[in-house]
This record gives sequence, structure tokens and C-alpha cells, in this order.
Amino acid sequence: MNKEYIITAFSENKVGLLNQITTVFICRDINIDSLTTSESSIPGIHKFTIIVHTDPEKIEKLVKQIEKKVDVLKAFVFTPDEVVQQEIALYKVNRSQSVEKLVREQHVRILEICDEYIVLEKTGHKEETQALFELLKPYGVQQFVRSGQIAIIKSKRELLNEYLKEREETLKA
Amino acid sequence: MHTTQSTYMEKQATQTTCFSGSKAVIETLLREGVDTIFGYPGGTIMPVYDALYDYQNRLNHILVRHEQGAIHAAQGYARVSGKPGVCIVTSGPGATNTVTGLADALMDSTPIVLISGQVGSNFLGTDAFQETNFVGITQAVTKWNCQVRRAADIPGAIAKAFYIAQSGRPGPVVIDITKDAQQEMAEYHYQKVDFIRSYNPTPAIDREQIAQAAKLINLSRKPLALIGQGVILGRAEKELLAFLHKSGIPAASTLLGLSAIPSDHPQWVGMLGMHGNYAPNIKNKECDLLIAIGMRFDDRVTGKVDEFGINAKIIHLEIDPAEINKIVYADVPVIGNVKETLPLLTERIARNSHEEWIAEFNACYNVEYQEIIEPALFPTGKHIRMGEVVHQVSEAYRHDAVLVTDVGQQQMMASRYFRFKHSRSMVTSGGLGTMGFGLPAAIGAKIGAPQREVCLFVGDGGFQMNLQELGTIHQSRIPVKIVLLNNNFLGMVRQWQDLFFDKRYSFTTMNNPDFGLIAQGNGIAYQCVEKREDLPTAIQRMKNHPGAYLLEVRVEAEENVFPMVPAGAAVSDIRLE
Ligand SMILES: Cc1ncc(C[n+]2csc(CCOP(=O)(O)OP(=O)(O)O)c2C)c(N)n1
Repeated sequence: MNKEYIITAFSENKVGLLNQITTVFICRDINIDSLTTSESSIPGIHKFTIIVHTDPEKIEKLVKQIEKKVDVLKAFVFTPDEVVQQEIALYKVNRSQSVEKLVREQHVRILEICDEYIVLEKTGHKEETQALFELLKPYGVQQFVRSGQIAIIKSKRELLNEYLKEREETLKA
Repeated sequence: MHTTQSTYMEKQATQTTCFSGSKAVIETLLREGVDTIFGYPGGTIMPVYDALYDYQNRLNHILVRHEQGAIHAAQGYARVSGKPGVCIVTSGPGATNTVTGLADALMDSTPIVLISGQVGSNFLGTDAFQETNFVGITQAVTKWNCQVRRAADIPGAIAKAFYIAQSGRPGPVVIDITKDAQQEMAEYHYQKVDFIRSYNPTPAIDREQIAQAAKLINLSRKPLALIGQGVILGRAEKELLAFLHKSGIPAASTLLGLSAIPSDHPQWVGMLGMHGNYAPNIKNKECDLLIAIGMRFDDRVTGKVDEFGINAKIIHLEIDPAEINKIVYADVPVIGNVKETLPLLTERIARNSHEEWIAEFNACYNVEYQEIIEPALFPTGKHIRMGEVVHQVSEAYRHDAVLVTDVGQQQMMASRYFRFKHSRSMVTSGGLGTMGFGLPAAIGAKIGAPQREVCLFVGDGGFQMNLQELGTIHQSRIPVKIVLLNNNFLGMVRQWQDLFFDKRYSFTTMNNPDFGLIAQGNGIAYQCVEKREDLPTAIQRMKNHPGAYLLEVRVEAEENVFPMVPAGAAVSDIRLE
């Protein structure tokens, strides 16, 4: 049975790592629903947040294969209830009185207004950003873009820090 | 050898010098203990070759005839010597010619360091002459790779490459060096690498796992140990023998695990797999415990996975955490180098003997002997059979030679009937099944173990896949013994056509060249045998000849390899005919 999983992987900041990580998905024919990557809170360490739908057995093997990459520090897998996830969506919509009314009612943030269009921002779950898109559609959406999901782990343990500490101790010893 | 190496290193370490990048390549290879390089020059690697000119007395460079030959030779070298095999090639076609070898080395966990030239850094991404995105191409076939664009980064990158290639589960590593980095001058600093933050090749051993494994072993009545190449790679042969001695458990080997224990060991019950021995396959479903030691449950070993070890608990001793539960669920995983985990396990198990259980394996062996082995080794029919050639060659070398094989029927026959006394005596392409591997791998094996005799078994198909390497044997005077089992067929494919495709021999017949003339053209001694009675003297002649030798044996055209587990069947459904 396919379920949603959130993979977070931490790697050294090296050229070609995205390719290394996506290769693991390609050869197992697992489609990536969403992928975001940026520097993590620790300078020099990159964080990947990857959302996939797959079965529990496959996900375990997949994460091990990601972690097996020499430049990957650690990879973890979570279920949706173990994380807080959000994404940002931006909408470029034709200007009209009715759009502005809707924007006020929905408490949507306005990023830019000019004569022809208005740029809106919505943060939330995918369903929420999608719902707003459906609402705006009748008024003419010129562009719609989603950031992909990012996630914060609820657990009290900071798994990456634990790993880094353990490695530091190995180095000292 | 060792002391001169270390004094050399000490002398070098104390002085900072300015080197060109290409000199830095060579100096770093020397510091990593490299004595042999397999390579082929070309445009973007010419600075390194120029530097090499001054090091000919300290580094043995083998000029191959094709870059695929270089990497398979490096693999053969690594497998027998336990040291990483080193290759140097040029960019573009030189580099892409090594891709098959990289894939092969990754599958079979062979430590390789490959240095490829690359176009100048200002040309990168411009489709320059002989530019390929080699780091991109080799991502999926290396353990690690990187590109170096500055001379100052060369020593560090190479030192890291050697650490990664050899540590943990070994594998191939590529360092792609731009031409300008080879030419640039930079201060030379070398430091051996033994730590990488993101890479932990020796995970901590979990005592709880050991305790659980010991408990299962002590309870088991019908256990079987499955020996993989991990024992050889971990240099754990002694530890394995101690474990077997105390536990009394019978042991079977995977193809790559062959030679980890001597073939005449009383507890050794043969080879696993599709064309392995009858006993370890047929008894699989009776086992109540399988102890996998440094092996990865390849599909050629498991057959139908759902039925593999169907009544058995599984203990998996393995250094690569990604192998645990990948194919077969491990009731007790034991992560770590088997050199360390095996003794811990041996300590905790009860002394036992499984005489009756082993007698059952021996009874199965007797069935196989009568049905398969005896007719294969001592045939009475008109034509020479592959098995008798393998058997006689193995005997002629007192079962003490290094066996190298190509891929196909001859590979299976050789691994079934060659016998081993010492570890690191079997070089074959297991996971990838690369035809053309054998000839260059034999070259590398002979260079990696010069004091040993190296015997290659090769089919007429695979021989012609890297036939050009006879030129390397000629130029570098490499005394390998080549036994060509010529059936004028792509034998293994023909066998499948025979068994599963209604004998429709679609493009598997070979109209072969005159191998004698080819040998002669390369200055290699040659004899062809067609009659059984000529075989023993021909083998003796090959053995006594000081140089390289090609012994062509015309074997029965349509012999099939048995026993056989049909693809997709349970291993206990192994067929004797
Ligand atoms: C590079 C490559 N191409 C194709 C194959 C498929 N293949 C496996 S065995 C075999 C036949 C080998 O024939 P030969 O070398 O004559 O050896 P024999 O089986 O007769 O001993 C072929 C074509 C392969 N393993 N490798």
C-alpha cells in the first residue's frame, strides 16, 4: 500500500549531489512528488526534503541507498504525522473588484499590485494552496507556482546533531 | 619494500615543494603505495604521462590496448593483491571505454582508483574536443567520484579516493582532472585520509545482534553457512575457519566467495547458485538456519526469493547496511566487518559438530558425482568436455593456481571443477557477468601475484571481446596461461536457446578465426588439442613453458552445464538434467 513519506537528507555541499540523490529514485522507478533543497542551519551542510508516495518496504531500502552515498551525512524518513509541513504558493491574477474582495475574505497576503495584475502569496498544506487556486481560477490566474514542501520534525531529538557529535568523537578517538 | 616506502614518505612529508599538478598525481600515487598503473595516453592526460616519463623506475605502467582492458586488468590486480587497482586514461572516449569496468567493479566490490583526464576548465561545458561529462556518466557506476580543477586539490582528492575505494565495502572511484590543473604549479601537501565526516565505513558493532545470532546458532539443528566475498575483502579467512571449526556447521560459497576456504575443507559442501552444487541448493529448504557471511543474496544465488530458505531463520553478517533486508529479510542482522564480528560470534557459540547433517550433504554430493561430475571429468564420449580440461589443469597446478575466468559456460565449469588451496585465487565477473573480462583480468592478476601461476579459462566468444589485450601480453611479457575452451558457439546463450527457446540457435554460432595465427602474431606460444589423449601432454607443455601460452581445446559443441536452477525457480528445484 502506497503511503506518503517525508525524507530528509543532509549532505556535504558538493556539486552533483542532487543528481546522486535522484539517481537512487530513478533506478527504483519511484516518482518524486516534491523536492526542495537549500543550505541547512549548519553552514556547509545541505538539506534535501523529498516527498514520495511508496510502500513501507521500498522506503526503507531507498533511504539506506541515499545514506550509502559517500557525501550524504544522514537520511531520515518520516510519516506526515511526525512532521509539520508547509509550502508556499504564489499566484498572479487579473485585477478586478471581485478578486480583491475574495483576497480580503480569504486573508491572503498581497505581494504586489499593479494596474493589470495582483500577486498573492499563500502558505499552507498542498490542499490549501490548491483550494485557493481553484477559487481564483474563475478570475483568470496568469501564473501559479508552488515551492514544494518543507518540513520540520516534531521529535525532540535532533538527529543530525547527534550524528555530527558521534562523528566528531570518532575523529578525536 | 615496506621500509623503503615509509622512509621515502617521511622524507617527502617534511619538505614543502612546488609541483605541477601532474607530478602531484604521481607523487600522491607513490605515497598511497601504488606500484602498478594500467593505462592509455591521450590529449587531456598527456601532462600526467609526461610526468610519468621520469618515474619509470618507480612505477610500473602497463600500456594496454583498449581502456576496457586497463580497468579489467586493474580489477584482476586488485582481486588477487588486495590493493586498489589503478588506471589512468584520457578524456572522452578513453574515459567512456572504462564504464563497463567501473560497473563491474561496483557490482563486485573491487577497489579501483581511476584517474581520467578532462578538457581544460575554461572549456568545460562547451562540447570541446573529447569532452564528456564523465563525472555525470559515472555517477551510477562508482562508489564516489569528483572533478578536480586546481593543482592544489590533487593530493587531497587522490588521498580521499584511495580511502573510499578501500574502506568499508570497497568499490571503484573516479578522479576527473582537468588538463589545466595538471599543468598548473602548486605547493604540494599530502596527507593520508582516514576520516570523512559524511562517510562511516565501519559502523559500530552491536553486541546485542551478536548475542541473538549466537542464540540462533546454538539452537539450530540444520544450519548452513553461506560464504561470500566479504570474507576475502575483510581478510577474515582465519576467523571464518575458527568459526566453522567450533560450530561444526557446513559451509557453501557464492561464486565470488570461492577460495576463501580451501576446497578440501571437510565442512565445505560446494558452490551456491544457478549452476552451483546439488547439495547446498537441494538442501536449502531443509535448513533451519542460514548464516550469510559477507554475501548479498544475488538472484543467481537465491533463485525464487520467496522460497529461499523457506524454513530457515537468517543471520546476515554484512558490512554494508544497505544490503540488510534488501533481498532477503534478516531475522538477525550483524552489521560490521566480518573480521571483527565473526570472532565475537565464535566466542559465544557452543562447540558443536553436525556430522549427520554434513553426511546428508555428502550423500547429495554422491548423487551429483554419479550423475554429473564423473561424466564431466572422466567422459568416455568422442569429444573433449569442458569439465575434464578444467579438472586436469587444476591438477597439473596442484590446485594452487589463480583461476581467472571469462563469462559463460566455461566460467561455470571452471568455478565448479577448479580447486583452491589459498584465498584470493578466483577472479571472475560475478555481478555484472562481463564477457571480455577474463583476458585483461588475467593480465592484472599475474602482475598482482607474480609469484603465482595464473590460469585463464575463456570461451571463443569472450576471448574475442578483448582479444586486443594479447598485444599487452606480448609487449609487457606477461606469462599468463590461457585455456580457450572453443565450442564454436556462444555456449551459455546456446544452452538457454536449447532449454528454453526450442533449440532455435539464433545468432549464437561462431565462425571463428584461426586462433593459432592470432597467437603467433602476438608472439604467444600456442597449441590446439582436439583429441582427449593429447590433453595431458599439452597441459604439461603449457605449464612448463616460461612465457604466455594459449592452449586452444576444441570441446564438445553442444555440451550443457548442469546442474541448473531454471531462472525463477526455487533453488531446491535444481535440475540434474
Ligand atoms: C558483454 C556481454 N555481452 C553479452 C553477454 C551475454 N552472454 C552471456 S554468456 C554468453 C556466451 C558466451 O560465449 P563464449 O564466450 O563462447 O563462452 P561459452 O559460454 O561458450 O563458454 C553471452 C553472449 C554477456 N554476458 N556479456
